[in-house]
Amino acid sequence: MTQITYAGVTVDVNEEGYFTNPSQWTRDIAAEIAKEEGIVLTDQHYAIIDFLRSRHNNGEALSIRSINHSGIIDVKTFYQLFPGAPLKKATKIAGIPKPSSCI
Amino acid sequence: MKRIVILGAGTAGIMMSNKLHKHLAGSEFELSVIEKEDTHYYQPGFLFLPFGHYKKKDIAKPVNELISKGAELIKKEADRIDAEGNEVLFKDGSSISYDILIIATGARIVPEDTPGLKGELWQKKIFDFYTIEGASALAEFFETWEGGRLVVNVADNPIKCPVAPIEFCFYALDCFRKRGIGNKMKITYVTPLSGAFTKPKASKMLGSLLEDNGIELVTDFFLGEVDNENMKIRDFGGREVEFDCLVTIPLHSGDPVISKSGLGDEFGFVKADKNTLQSVLFKNIFVIGDAGNYPVSKAGSVAHFQAEVLEKNIMSFIKNEPLKESFDGHSNCFIETGRGKGILIDFNYDTEPLPGTFPVPVLGPMKLLKESRINHWGKLAFKWIYWKILLPGRKMPISAHMSMAGKKTD
Repeated sequence: MTQITYAGVTVDVNEEGYFTNPSQWTRDIAAEIAKEEGIVLTDQHYAIIDFLRSRHNNGEALSIRSINHSGIIDVKTFYQLFPGAPLKKATKIAGIPKPSSCI
Repeated sequence: MKRIVILGAGTAGIMMSNKLHKHLAGSEFELSVIEKEDTHYYQPGFLFLPFGHYKKKDIAKPVNELISKGAELIKKEADRIDAEGNEVLFKDGSSISYDILIIATGARIVPEDTPGLKGELWQKKIFDFYTIEGASALAEFFETWEGGRLVVNVADNPIKCPVAPIEFCFYALDCFRKRGIGNKMKITYVTPLSGAFTKPKASKMLGSLLEDNGIELVTDFFLGEVDNENMKIRDFGGREVEFDCLVTIPLHSGDPVISKSGLGDEFGFVKADKNTLQSVLFKNIFVIGDAGNYPVSKAGSVAHFQAEVLEKNIMSFIKNEPLKESFDGHSNCFIETGRGKGILIDFNYDTEPLPGTFPVPVLGPMKLLKESRINHWGKLAFKWIYWKILLPGRKMPISAHMSMAGKKTD
């Protein structure tokens, strides 16, 4: 287990930098991780982050497809907000585990 | 009389009906199975159909021959489930009431959910092999195809039989080599995953096997649209892959009945407990196989292991006892790799596929996570096992729960 300090708070992460304890997350922490990824968070970013966190807390699987059902943004916008690999980046910034397909 | 209704006579529904029927004969329960189709297909055969190695007749049987005579087969199309009223309502306006409902409605492909996928090239240059229609159309196309860029693409997960697309790549290459046009083929496997497979050890093993065979791997690709005019697939971020022939594994959804009945998640898979297999909303509803939103492969082997657990839990439920049996996510898949060889993987919710031997430590005879001829023969023999042992609900000499015996850990 690795520890990193974001916004003055020490948090537990795995070898890929994903939170192992999502309750350590704060909005300020999100902004700092996002900065490392070259992203400045807007209200729209936070809205989708909240959506991802609440799904995770409900034990529901996360997928690109589920974004279309979020009622917040469509997948294309998701790619614009978190360029490259949106789900991986967004979950890292949201302080939740990297989604794994269940096979 | 009380009634148990099984909705759907696919692999899971047929197995359940045949297992339960043995317990229910002479009891206060009667058993009804609802299925709208006449024909049941051996779905693992869809992999071989496009290459002419099986014909349609080799993998089809009438549903009514597969359900034991003691169960009533109702050939009707369900419209929705009234879970509060304990009834299944049919499209023709009639209905059937139940005391216990087992949902086995499976998963289906929804190519219409991706823009352009069912465009002008559908079943001309773009094919699925997850339906009898798709696999048959592809067989016809391959008969005269002279090679080119073959793109095998998984739109997004979950899909049925997550190893089938990779097997398709290996098997296609092998068949086209035998036909003497292997050098005119360029096969690209395009996946939303970050590697060939999800679980690390199997992903690494399959990734290097793809590479050794010259099959290109494109990862992190979530299919956004198909450009029929320029024969390209495009992901949501704008990345493109050109094709001469596209073999698509489209998005999957549950049966429309599930969403209409308010029992499913956003993709129409039934929300149920991954261990007891009981619906999270209604205690007298159980879910087996691809229809559930379980974090597990949508595959026949899973349905088979679930059936052994569900058989016991249904009997406990009837007796008002706690549901003692717990499904551990056990999956077991043969992966065809071409040239008469195959790989076998065995895993569950907590343990990824590991190397070793199966089912007996050291002796095997099957090899885990390693190419071997006996694994390939195991795959071919499986068709016989499917019709003669699995569907009739007979016991296999393999435990429903995954065993660590024979597996090598780090």
